[in-house]
Amino acid sequence: MLSDIRFKLGVYLLLLPVLLWLFLLIVIPQFELLLLSFQAEDDYGELVWSFENYKEFFVNEIYWYTFIRTAAYAIFVTFLTFVVTFPVAFYITKIVNKKYALFLSILLLLPFWVSELVRVYGWTILLRESGIINYFLQEFGFTSKGIELLYNDTSMIMGLVYTSMLFMVVPIMSALEGMDDSFIEAAYDLGASKFTIFFKIIIPYASSGIVSGSIVVFMLTLGNYLTPNLIGGKNSLWFTEQIYNEFIASLNWNQGSAFGFLLLILSSLIIFIALKISKQSLAKALR
Amino acid sequence: MNSLDIKSLRKEFADHLAVKKISLQVKQGEFFSILGPSGCGKTTLLRMISGFLQPSSGDILINDKLMNNVPANKRPVNLVFQNLALFPMMNVYENIAFGLKRRKVAKNIIDKKVKDILEKVHLSGYENKDISSLSGGQKQRVAIARSLILEPSILLLDEPLGALDLKLRESMKIELKKLQNEFGTTFIYITHDQSEALVMSDRVAVMNAGVFEQIDTPQNLYAKPKTAFVASFVGESNILKAKKISENKVKSQELEFKVNFIDEVQEECSLFIRPEAIIINPDEKIKDINIFEVNIKNILFDGSNTKLLALMSKNKELMISLPQNKQFKELQKGDKIKVGVSFEDCKVFNVK
Repeated sequence: MLSDIRFKLGVYLLLLPVLLWLFLLIVIPQFELLLLSFQAEDDYGELVWSFENYKEFFVNEIYWYTFIRTAAYAIFVTFLTFVVTFPVAFYITKIVNKKYALFLSILLLLPFWVSELVRVYGWTILLRESGIINYFLQEFGFTSKGIELLYNDTSMIMGLVYTSMLFMVVPIMSALEGMDDSFIEAAYDLGASKFTIFFKIIIPYASSGIVSGSIVVFMLTLGNYLTPNLIGGKNSLWFTEQIYNEFIASLNWNQGSAFGFLLLILSSLIIFIALKISKQSLAKALR
Repeated sequence: MNSLDIKSLRKEFADHLAVKKISLQVKQGEFFSILGPSGCGKTTLLRMISGFLQPSSGDILINDKLMNNVPANKRPVNLVFQNLALFPMMNVYENIAFGLKRRKVAKNIIDKKVKDILEKVHLSGYENKDISSLSGGQKQRVAIARSLILEPSILLLDEPLGALDLKLRESMKIELKKLQNEFGTTFIYITHDQSEALVMSDRVAVMNAGVFEQIDTPQNLYAKPKTAFVASFVGESNILKAKKISENKVKSQELEFKVNFIDEVQEECSLFIRPEAIIINPDEKIKDINIFEVNIKNILFDGSNTKLLALMSKNKELMISLPQNKQFKELQKGDKIKVGVSFEDCKVFNVK
């Protein structure tokens, strides 16, 4: 009996730091921001309860245009990341000799030992008008004067895919690792083409990894500030920049927190719909 | 007609020769087993028949059609995998219907065929069950149904009973044999378990180090092994060092054994005697029999498989089957008994 109580006490004590961290650093500030988002200055400059901040979003075209653009690009980046990383994950787990698999995995991880800021700056060095790519283009006579490769959507998407790759490749690799090669052989033996094997056997088997990877990549991309800002530049129109501007440039915390909550609702909603459409469950993906 | 005709098949890998020049004919409707220890090349042979491996040389004909350049998904052959390889993300129906769907068979025909085959494997009403909810024996039958529904000319089975417990394995042996009778499909069964091969097969090929040592009926493999390997691998044997002293006599453990001789045996040879061929206290009227005395060292009780561990002269151990029918219940440790082995049950082979 006593040991039972002691055990429970022990569990609570161990949980305490996590609970404190969650409560003090996440729940309370979020609650404060939620309150802020429903307050606005009235004509006398005093804070009153209001839906003004949310109304502002719907009335002002640039806000919801940025919003939809960010969401659409985030979905596209997630899909592109999947397309780029799946063959890599498949190659490392299923095709390459086990001896090299570890080496290749480390190679994938290596860039992530450097901070995102440095990595993204690396891209700007490559892509800018006086950058390395332009230097070689001019040297070999493809172009007479420098082309600006930065500050367009293509470069931005490429940068976003690059920064998200690891978060997609790792869960897919762990899902594929559990797959016995005999599934592929059995399907082939039963008359399936390579195309069918890919879509009916491999993808469904890896679905839990794909779903959890996609959720992480989508969230990270939607909430990414650094890459759109550095590679996409002023025209990137990423929604996080709007939030940043409200908080830092306009010092309008009320407006900023309203945008923050809209982003939170948006991302949750898109993930919810995506899970419903693909008939996947969150519980399975997170396992 | 031959279901399968293999002509001088050979497979080399970078570092070793897995299959050395094998030829084989399997008749339509036959239950044929390939029996051999692990690493003997039987799985390589199976994978060449199913089309997952290209032979280095030689031909594979199925129903008299050359298969060498036909890919695995186009061959009229299906494989039941060692680990069954049932697709975990599909239910029983989807697993069984997988092959027919690839052939673009109409949905109502698939439904009917799946229902029929589930009935045949005694799993009626299991269509919507998850694979993970099935028992080992049920999974086994789903895997077989998934292959048989495609009506292959040959069904290949790669040690599919290996993962089952002993009791289930015994009943699945009988079930498999029945299923094969019912469907009339040619079965080629790969195993290292001699009992599986002997119980189910019409014919068995004993394979060792990439070659067939003997292809024969189970009865003949047991009674008339052609090589030392077959004699030791199929059934149990006491193996005694022996010296040839005349055309039909060998000397072993200072005893003389009359045998039905195999001509090419060299002077230094091995004498094989099965524990169950040894008669305890043989009747004097039995003719053509070697009689000698042994000391009982121990009685190894194992139900129907109980054995006497006896000592011959020079302390060589000899296993003798002890029938559990009370006839010999008086026997005890330390007893001296007379035993006999008929001439034809003494097999002599060259030392490997």
